[in-house]
Amino acid sequence: MSEQFYYFLQQILNGVTIGSTYALIAIGYTMVYGIIGMINFAHGEVYMIGSYAAFFVLAGLAMLGIDSLVLLLIAAFALSIMITSAYGWSIERVAYRPLRGGNRLIPLISAIGMSIFLQNFVRLAQGSRDIAMPSLITGGWTIGPADAFNVTLSYMQVVIFVVTFISMTVLTAFISKSKMGRACRACAEDIGMANLLGINTNKVISITFVIGAALAAVAGVLLSMYYGVINPYLGFMAGLKAFTAAVLGGIGSIPGAVLGGLILGITEAITAGYFSSEYKDVVSFGLLCFVLLFMPTGILGKPEVEKV
Amino acid sequence: MSKSSFIDALIASVVMLILTSWLLGLQLDNQPDGLRIILNDAAHTTWVIVGVILVFFTQLFKAPISRVFSGIKSKGQDSGFKLPAPEEKPTLYRFLTIAALAGLLIWPFVASRGAVDLATLTLIYVMLGLGLNVVVGLAGLLDLGYVGFYAVGAYTYGILNTYFGVGFWTALPIAGCLAALFGFLLGFPVLRLRGDYLAIVTLGFGEIIRIMLNNMTDLTGGPNGISQIDKPTLFGLEFNRRPSSDEATLFHDFFGIDYSSTYKVIFVYLAAVLLVVLTVFVINRLLRMPIGRAWEALREDEIACRSLGLNPTIIKLSAFTIGAAFAGFAGSFFAARQGFISPESFTFIESAIILAIVVLGGMGSQIGVILAAIIMTILPEMAREFNEYRMLMFGLMMVFMMIWRPQGLLPMTRPKMEMRNG
Repeated sequence: MSEQFYYFLQQILNGVTIGSTYALIAIGYTMVYGIIGMINFAHGEVYMIGSYAAFFVLAGLAMLGIDSLVLLLIAAFALSIMITSAYGWSIERVAYRPLRGGNRLIPLISAIGMSIFLQNFVRLAQGSRDIAMPSLITGGWTIGPADAFNVTLSYMQVVIFVVTFISMTVLTAFISKSKMGRACRACAEDIGMANLLGINTNKVISITFVIGAALAAVAGVLLSMYYGVINPYLGFMAGLKAFTAAVLGGIGSIPGAVLGGLILGITEAITAGYFSSEYKDVVSFGLLCFVLLFMPTGILGKPEVEKV
Repeated sequence: MSKSSFIDALIASVVMLILTSWLLGLQLDNQPDGLRIILNDAAHTTWVIVGVILVFFTQLFKAPISRVFSGIKSKGQDSGFKLPAPEEKPTLYRFLTIAALAGLLIWPFVASRGAVDLATLTLIYVMLGLGLNVVVGLAGLLDLGYVGFYAVGAYTYGILNTYFGVGFWTALPIAGCLAALFGFLLGFPVLRLRGDYLAIVTLGFGEIIRIMLNNMTDLTGGPNGISQIDKPTLFGLEFNRRPSSDEATLFHDFFGIDYSSTYKVIFVYLAAVLLVVLTVFVINRLLRMPIGRAWEALREDEIACRSLGLNPTIIKLSAFTIGAAFAGFAGSFFAARQGFISPESFTFIESAIILAIVVLGGMGSQIGVILAAIIMTILPEMAREFNEYRMLMFGLMMVFMMIWRPQGLLPMTRPKMEMRNG
């Protein structure tokens, strides 16, 4: 097999790694949009807070002298999911619930305000500098010839694949099997009707925000360990990318968010690998415009019928 | 105050503690031997305690507090202050216009140099706010990438001036037209999308413009930007101490007065006043034309508009293009005032500030937008010692504004007829 093929394979692997974390964040956007039809602009900041929580837990446990990798990972996931869930829940209570049922622009503007507030809150509390951590999971497999370009699949990438896969499976099981998941689907179908049938829609909406925030925390832990650097500003771009992924796949649809995340991740990795990494954001937003031009509701989105 | 409200308050304070204690109380620190957690200074810890106590008591006395607020709110919605429409009180509006114009013209001769300069900046934001008001307030299209058009205008003048030596007054219409062209080209594909999609695509567009400016180093100077952009001239008279070229004439030589750098500041200010007056005039005229009526009709009900034979795409596109043109004018003016531009000035936060001006003023209300632009530029200057907390307060203000007064500070009423029920 030629060298070009290995190079291409490497870009695809990198793309799937980033894409699967985009998908995790995108699910938060898509579920909220599916149920109450608003863009939770502050979701990217929740992801950023999740990254900070992960660094706190990892640094704290390292100071206590714990070096069992499994224990570290479990503690980081558990604590940052708990913290971001609290954030997701409170954001909905404070900034969105009082605004429900009005003009569509009003909650969006409130969400932008919330996003600016959270970003600056973390900046003031933690400082705006980068915080770095040496990577915990090192090493990997190499495939291909030893003398020419070869493909590297790091253990960290494997961890990202596995954790993403587990989270998606748990989410799918929750949505399709549990009673609460059924209530979520009913609310996405018709929230007014669901309310009439005795579903506590307020509770469903809160749960949706909590699930979205928890998945954002998973992405936050994974990506902060993958890159090893965090700062208060990383939530904005990640949120924007994840939202692009959600729209690309068809907002409101969970498989769509996963598909959109993977497409976006692979597109970015290929652009960075073959052209220039500076323009990868340009290409991904360009792709969004292009897809919306031909499929205004995204790839897997349902066409929406406007009613008077 | 019952037992359940006490439990609620307790839960809320525990949540508050989870949210803030670790972020404010502790700090991550990169030390030579790896990442360490250190204790934050006492001030931050005090904030946690204050916050938790505050949340506990607001939750505990939620019922009486909300009763007070609901009183205020219902009053605000029924008979709260709203600006009368210009058609209802023409004399009042004529008087207000004359008074405002007189004030604007007297201002540079009574105020200090710094105050005049600040007023120029305010006028740029007024122009931007009025332009975005056309898109968001009148046509109801949420544009989060407005700063992209602002950047196009600024860089048009910057590049034309640096490479071709084009003067400000020649570049101004070109910048406006180019920004309008960008608006047209972007609007053409995306305006068929629904509101939320539009918001995110325009946000992406603004980011694309910024990234391009950052990376096209040969043309735009990359992150270093473009510096030494010429200031506006008065019919070819320059305001510098020394002429820039041999054939250039200087303002103070021409009139035979001593050189003073204040003339330049005052002239730039007066040019801004001229542009703002022109903007207000044009938008007011547009509003009474069929196209302006169509913008507002479209904002209220798109389906009804379509059934009456209006083409929504063309109407939206016209609003989008005209809004972009005003951003282009403001941008080239910004470049001329500053003399230096870089991609740093055109980040998303700038878009958010302009949007906040429109929202704070009351969407669609021109007087409201002008007042909000003044508040938003003067307040941060007044409270310089709180500069660090500026964006924090700004975010909070956007949230609370939406909760308590989503219609803005000075909403505008239109003359209307309504069917009486029963």
